[in-house]
Amino acid sequence: MKNLLEVKNLTVKFPTRNGIFEAVRNISFSLGRERLGIVGESGSGKSMTGRAILRLIRNPGILEADHITLEGKDLLMLSEKEMYKVRGHRISMIMQDPKFSLNPVMRIGDQICEAYRLHARASKAEAKKKTLSMLENVLIRDPARVFKSYPHEMSGGMGQRIMIAMMLIPDPQILIADEPTSALDVTVQKEVLEIMDKLVRERGMGLIFISHDLNVVSAFCDRVLIMYAGKIVETCRADRLHEATHPYTVGLLNSIPQLEHPADHLQVLQRDEAWSKAPSVSGIVKTEDLA
Amino acid sequence: MSMSANTKNLKKSVSLYEWLTTDSPASRNQARLSSWYMSWLELRSNPMAMFGITILVALLLIAWFAPFLAPHSPFTQDLAARLTPPGEGGYILGSDSLGRDILSRLIYGSRITLYIVSLVALMAPIVGLFVGTAAGYLGGWVDTVLMRITDIFLAFPKLILALAFVSALGAGIENAVLAIVLTSWPPYARIARAETLTIRDADFIHAIKLQGAGPLRIITRHIWPLCISSLVIRVTLDMAGIILTAAGLGFLGLGAQPPSPEWGAMISAGRKFILDHWWVATMPGLAIFIVSLAFNLLGDGLRDVLDPKKSSK
Amino acid sequence: MSKGNNAGIGLEHVNVWFGKDEERVDAVKDAGFTVPFGGSFGLVGESGSGKSTILRAITGLAPNWSGNISVLGKELGHDRGKEFYSAVQMVFQDPYASLHPRQTVDRVLTEALTLHGFDNINDCIVKILDDVGLDRSFRFRWPHQLSGGQRQRVAIARALIIEPTILLLDEPTSALDVSVQAEILNLLKRLRRERELTYLMVSHDLAVVGHMCSEIAVMNDGEIVEVLGVEDLRALKAKHPYTKDLLDASVQKRRDE
Repeated sequence: MKNLLEVKNLTVKFPTRNGIFEAVRNISFSLGRERLGIVGESGSGKSMTGRAILRLIRNPGILEADHITLEGKDLLMLSEKEMYKVRGHRISMIMQDPKFSLNPVMRIGDQICEAYRLHARASKAEAKKKTLSMLENVLIRDPARVFKSYPHEMSGGMGQRIMIAMMLIPDPQILIADEPTSALDVTVQKEVLEIMDKLVRERGMGLIFISHDLNVVSAFCDRVLIMYAGKIVETCRADRLHEATHPYTVGLLNSIPQLEHPADHLQVLQRDEAWSKAPSVSGIVKTEDLA
Repeated sequence: MSMSANTKNLKKSVSLYEWLTTDSPASRNQARLSSWYMSWLELRSNPMAMFGITILVALLLIAWFAPFLAPHSPFTQDLAARLTPPGEGGYILGSDSLGRDILSRLIYGSRITLYIVSLVALMAPIVGLFVGTAAGYLGGWVDTVLMRITDIFLAFPKLILALAFVSALGAGIENAVLAIVLTSWPPYARIARAETLTIRDADFIHAIKLQGAGPLRIITRHIWPLCISSLVIRVTLDMAGIILTAAGLGFLGLGAQPPSPEWGAMISAGRKFILDHWWVATMPGLAIFIVSLAFNLLGDGLRDVLDPKKSSK
Repeated sequence: MSKGNNAGIGLEHVNVWFGKDEERVDAVKDAGFTVPFGGSFGLVGESGSGKSTILRAITGLAPNWSGNISVLGKELGHDRGKEFYSAVQMVFQDPYASLHPRQTVDRVLTEALTLHGFDNINDCIVKILDDVGLDRSFRFRWPHQLSGGQRQRVAIARALIIEPTILLLDEPTSALDVSVQAEILNLLKRLRRERELTYLMVSHDLAVVGHMCSEIAVMNDGEIVEVLGVEDLRALKAKHPYTKDLLDASVQKRRDE
């Protein structure tokens, strides 16, 4: 299995009045045709990592890395114009709240068609056909009605499915999902995750799933990176998360209340300065035949 | 001996800065002073805003020290030296149609400008604050009535209302100021009302209601402090307009009366001579321009510092 | 339903609606439950289920309601008086919105005390900050100098400084990181024990509610579909299909070990 994406020594920093703040500090990881989860609390740098891959860090933020290689091509070497071809077409991103990522004054169908025609030479009719079929793929029961509707008429779960449709219609190889289900109800989360799962599998895509919810990530992903203070402190297979060894991961797992294991007192995470000072754990998986 | 005194002073001044920028204030006063100081630091890092502040401070000083700074009296006429170009005959900015020194008139005129500006800046936003927050918080018919009153005042063109006042009460600066205040408070009411509507549903208002606070306490102690920054920003940005309106009234002869050196009246008097003796109208015009620009720059800088979006997280 | 010594909170046939006539939306329909004095009761549901609306109706922040709400044995009318406010307090969901951005911690706590006629202000403030686990150096900080967990502690301090009997908790930890959530939940449990408080907690998280409460009402679309004890909840013994769905979705998040 070849690696789709490889990131080496990624750093994201922001100059502030009190010095330079490093949101992401020298992390390295790879992504194959798998579901990679990046877990962390607020301030861990996980969202910044997702944005950095797409080079969405704007001034005054500074993005540095040895390389960010997408199937052999280093994204850092591309011009901004060339990046337009990458964003959406080869790497797509879904964000947390569809209320804020869908244009409220455009009809849904028009938005998705626009996303499609940005990367494919297609007529309006072809785009519409593709859009409707994409909406069916995300299990929307009445695609024609949704095509004509506006975002505010949709519920949270539907909005997120529409976002998935919009982001997957240009057939990207990698999908970055930044807290895609955090704003959704628990029962709706299940549906949206199942849809993402099906589509990612069918298309052989790589998925980076960024979340603060350890439970969701461990159930949904294949491999997990745990981030703390801008560094990766541990990586492991998702189904072995409960066997994690790093004290931060263990502490996090133990501080979550669980229905089946009642406790009078929840274990409180004792933070250790050493965790943020230690070097980042590499999340790069070596493969036999790297291009 | 002097070394230890120096290091002592150095230590004291370092600790004053630290005292003001501490993360954990130890008293109410320290918290308040620290907050002001942090805002000041932020403002200071904005060069345009500092430029504006410098000009305004200069204006204040010029107005205060007018008797010492003005080379001539603003009222002394010298018909033989009328319409002297700038730089000649000891008139740095020239003289006007009655031979009065324009520079001295500008300097004394700054007092009038400041007088007008401070009266309007104090009164209009306060009226707007009262009306807007009451309307926004109490809602219902209070809101409807107050907003319709606001609309009525908003519909009046400033100059027409000023004319009405003048005919009723006589010309003069105070009446001109009154006219300006009466026509400029509505936008502040609208801003205050809009802010109040947003704040009204915030959890911290619910929380204080649940402590048993009544509407008066909530409006005055919880809502007003949050509206004040928007109003301050709006006032500084409106200053230019206020000065120009006062100048316009002066231009029409409705504001300060001759021989008062009000800048607008000076422009009006210099109108006739604009082609051959451009300086009579242009110098006061430049003064108005510079002061208005300074207020605008300050307003922009204040907006960056006081923007509520910043202080909410 | 025994009335006995359930002088905590009692709801009977409570309806809450917004809007009039055609635009009327019924947020809560015929809700009824009892929170015993000294008990800890959870209201669970997804967004739009009406759980937060019930809290609003109790605190007098919902204008249109009908039915019977009684607190500490007294039936509530449309207005709430000082007596109510000194007995019932609330902790809100969003720590970033529940503190006035221009008021220090000290100011917030002082105002609460003066509104209720306490005069040993300094002592009360020092003590409550200790009780909620905040160092004295936090006393004069502004909200933007506090983290989410610290703000929530201040919100809890504000609610408890006037010594109420009943605490309403509206998703107090859903906006917090998992590690901070654990601290706050532990704090709430400890305070309840120490001060013998009655809790009514609203949450969408079954695990949190299962940790904190002894009895749980499940709401869906404005109605209470089931009330169960925490043992049954933990044993996944739910009767109503919606409760079963909810349990399913919450538990399935964790992969079987």
